[in-house]
Amino acid sequence: MPRRVAVTGVGLVTPVGVGTEETWRALLRGDCGIGPITRFDAASFSTRFAGEVKGFDPTRWISAREAKAAMADSFVQYAMAAGAMAMEDAGLVLEGALAERAGCFVGSGMGGVSTIEATCQALHAKGPRHGISPFFVTQIAISLAAGQLSIRHNARGPCYSQVSACSSGAHAIGDGLRVIQRGDADVMLCGGTEAVVTPLGVGGFAAMHALSTRNDAPALASRPFDLERDGFVLAEGAGILVLEELERARRRGARIYAECKGYAANADAHHITAPAVAGEGAQRCMRAALADAQLDGSEIDYVNAHGTSTKMNDAVETFAIKQVFGAHARRLMVSSTKSMTGHLIGAAGSVEGALCVLAVARGQVPPTINYTTPDPDCDLDYVPNIARDAKLRNALSNSFGFGGTNACLIFGRHEG
Amino acid sequence: MAENIEEKVTKIVAEQFEVPVEKVALSSLFLDDLKADSLSVVELVLAIEEAFGLEIPDEHAEKIKTVGDVVNYVKARVQ
Repeated sequence: MPRRVAVTGVGLVTPVGVGTEETWRALLRGDCGIGPITRFDAASFSTRFAGEVKGFDPTRWISAREAKAAMADSFVQYAMAAGAMAMEDAGLVLEGALAERAGCFVGSGMGGVSTIEATCQALHAKGPRHGISPFFVTQIAISLAAGQLSIRHNARGPCYSQVSACSSGAHAIGDGLRVIQRGDADVMLCGGTEAVVTPLGVGGFAAMHALSTRNDAPALASRPFDLERDGFVLAEGAGILVLEELERARRRGARIYAECKGYAANADAHHITAPAVAGEGAQRCMRAALADAQLDGSEIDYVNAHGTSTKMNDAVETFAIKQVFGAHARRLMVSSTKSMTGHLIGAAGSVEGALCVLAVARGQVPPTINYTTPDPDCDLDYVPNIARDAKLRNALSNSFGFGGTNACLIFGRHEG
Repeated sequence: MAENIEEKVTKIVAEQFEVPVEKVALSSLFLDDLKADSLSVVELVLAIEEAFGLEIPDEHAEKIKTVGDVVNYVKARVQ
């Protein structure tokens, strides 16, 4: 019997709110965090909107100097903010022996893209000596989000980054679960972070025709499972959870949001962007996560879908859910919070995992907004447009990344 | 001019290392007194170069340990 793992802290920085409660309340209201791009002049781009984090002041969590130098890229700043929120929420200070039993896994899909862009320009304008900051490498490297978080919180255990496109954050949480289960650590700060609302980020996803081009109505653009969906909406932010060995959390009287019960990771081994036929990899991943949690499909009440709002994903994911859950699929609540946050790429899995944690803890299910026209290929209960009160036993979070990398996480209600 | 250089260097140092200007003395050691890290010192050297329009060769930059070292170097170069 592996050790059990509790979620004792949650930190969120998303396009609908800077803060866990801000984000949660906005999602229950059905707020949309998507709007015209302000980070750069997007006039010449085919997609000119995104889910930007708004009102973010990094100096609430890091010094002005750090924000300009070692932590200049937003992807690290978002992780530092979400990590600090999660640690404060958990009421944990890492000292002495505990510090060596605590680690950091922070994933990201792309790392410090905006810093790479700016440095390239400076390199061409000023040459290498004055164009490239001595902090450049440590500003852009994906693993520095985990590294900086470990330095700030004195976490001296396992520390690295999961990199798997849109499932990075989910893999980070799942791997954190495993580390605690097998006894290599007692506390893990885990999640994902992303900040690629930049010319290369937006332009790159636009070039592959993955993004919605609904420029006349950005707030209606992310519409997972709706017949009129036309692509995903790029977004940014971070989600960090504090995972803690359950008995330890109980002993110290921590508030336990939920139990992290199951995890599976696999690959489609099929195509760089398209899901496998019939969502074979996704099906296998969901089944493996259920087996890992020792749960029957009928014990899941809510699925936070990958639900990107692309034609292909939403239909294939729906089919895969129906194959895995059989008749119970009709009783499942399946929502895509990407309808409100947009797609946070490497942070998506951890933000959505955190939302499953909150849904289980509070008995509330965030909706899929912009759901107006049913698609015959998408015929489940997507919790359309309005949040729902529902006592949840277990929630499943799906994350499927480019490259065919899949991750499924299961969080269950903790009976105090 | 001499005082200007000292003031200007002090201001840049204070800004680079996030310390109040009053704490920056000519004798201040970057690493020990101002708690700077080695990458920040590299960045300081670049900022000084930009501010005074000069280039500090690496072999000399490595010898710069205090605010006074910077001031003396700049004075020698611009006067």
